[in-house]
Amino acid sequence: MIKTTLDIARTSTGKSLRTEEMVVNMGPQHPSTHGVLRLEVVLDGEIVVDVIPHIGYLHRCFEKHCEHMTSYQQVIPYVDRMDYVAAMTNEMAYVVAAEKLLKIEVPERVHYIRIIMAELQRIASHLIAIGTFGIDMGAFTPFLYYFRDREKILDLFEMTCGARLLYNYMWIGGLSHDLPPQFVEKAKQFCVDFKKTMKEVNDLLNYNEIFIKRTANVGVLPKDLAINYACSGPMLRASGVDFDLRRDDPYTLYNKFEWNVIVGKGEVGVVGDVWNRNMVRQNEMWESVRIIEQALATLPEGDVKKAIPKRIRPTPGDAYGRVEGPRGELGFYIVAEDSVTPFRIKARAPAFVNLSVINEISKGAMLADLVAIIGSIDIVLGEVDR
Amino acid sequence: MTAQEIHDIIKAQFSDAVLEVKIEGARDPFIKILPEKIKDVAQFVRDHAQMKFDYLMCLSGVDYKGKLGVVYHLYSLTHGHKIVLKVEVSTDTPNVPSVESIWKSANWHEREAFDLFGIHFEGHSDLRRILLPDDWEGHPLRKDYEVPEFYNGMKVPY
Repeated sequence: MIKTTLDIARTSTGKSLRTEEMVVNMGPQHPSTHGVLRLEVVLDGEIVVDVIPHIGYLHRCFEKHCEHMTSYQQVIPYVDRMDYVAAMTNEMAYVVAAEKLLKIEVPERVHYIRIIMAELQRIASHLIAIGTFGIDMGAFTPFLYYFRDREKILDLFEMTCGARLLYNYMWIGGLSHDLPPQFVEKAKQFCVDFKKTMKEVNDLLNYNEIFIKRTANVGVLPKDLAINYACSGPMLRASGVDFDLRRDDPYTLYNKFEWNVIVGKGEVGVVGDVWNRNMVRQNEMWESVRIIEQALATLPEGDVKKAIPKRIRPTPGDAYGRVEGPRGELGFYIVAEDSVTPFRIKARAPAFVNLSVINEISKGAMLADLVAIIGSIDIVLGEVDR
Repeated sequence: MTAQEIHDIIKAQFSDAVLEVKIEGARDPFIKILPEKIKDVAQFVRDHAQMKFDYLMCLSGVDYKGKLGVVYHLYSLTHGHKIVLKVEVSTDTPNVPSVESIWKSANWHEREAFDLFGIHFEGHSDLRRILLPDDWEGHPLRKDYEVPEFYNGMKVPY
């Protein structure tokens, strides 16, 4: 069992150092909460006794809006706005669920392009996650490097669908249109450049002594607790659970490519701590580049749209589709009635579920470490609040 | 394990709690459970050595017009199989036992279902609104919900 700061403080003097508890509100407007999150923190001196998260400041009634659409396609732009730093993956999750509901298979080229887009998006999202996490830890420079690289991905998205943040590119039954000419060359060039800069930044941030001191052994999430809280994505894998939906519950053609699932090994600190969560993200980007390179090399020719009726009217029933987003398991539960409008859509947002564990892993940490813990969970409040 | 085998084990243990089952033709095979028994069934499927449903993927509230439902999407990290459990309660007395003590992830999902549907989860440790403000009236995802004219003096419909 790892000793918390509170334990050490108590035992080192031989008597209890317990003082009067104080409640501090962190947020909703606080730079380290990555959006509008309010944490009610109960402090004993500088030591966190309890954390009560208050969410909902960005609630935009996504699920209510969906019930008032006139078609299933119309939901896609709303899905974009849930997790606004990984809009491609959100679209992918929704169309996977909708295609499961409609029982349709898409052409092979569509699968390949979706994989390329989803993996580019994963890199872009992880770049933000690690970059802003660096800022939280007092390292500003890596942030600039990461955003420089992210910009190149956004350029690729822009040449594909005209938008840099909210794409509306993946449609039910295919894509809105094919890849533009030169996309493949530019994406290949990006992979080459990115591998170079990745190494540079890795040395700059992740093995920096100050960074390690701030993050190793902090906010440890044990394996069984992570599973019980249904944590997913890098959060779960950093705790030593070898589970990735791309491999273990295939929803597209990922098993055609060679890649590895990254699991936290505890080379610095212990498995499940803040450093390992960050490192899993860092290493996942390498794997994403590998997948993109293979997909680009073997991109098949063909159609990018399946002929489906304009007015989609699924047979009554329900389906739950899930994909591995940058933050974890992103699922959509769709209930269909005999209508062209979705009867009910529930979004299972990974950040929402991952955030619920914060109380358990912050107890006994210092207030400054709480900032590290929030950063390592990688929350996007648009997705938490929907 | 197939959905049929999972159903057979649950049926053998809780013969009176299984109300309906749909495997053929369903996108996700589901078993409908008597609401009062859901906690016992949940405990059973999590601890049973052959099933080991240790991962609650999603918990959703649904308004079926006149009835409210809760849908549990379960997954087993050990065995890699899935099952869906459903319960249905009347709109007037929407009481469902909480499964928070079995899967901690249910905590926030149940709070959300309470917030948006008004489903009361018995035995939940902290059943408060989660997405909407504490003083919001009504449960917006119910099909008979009417948008209020004003909220704290602010006009709501725009």
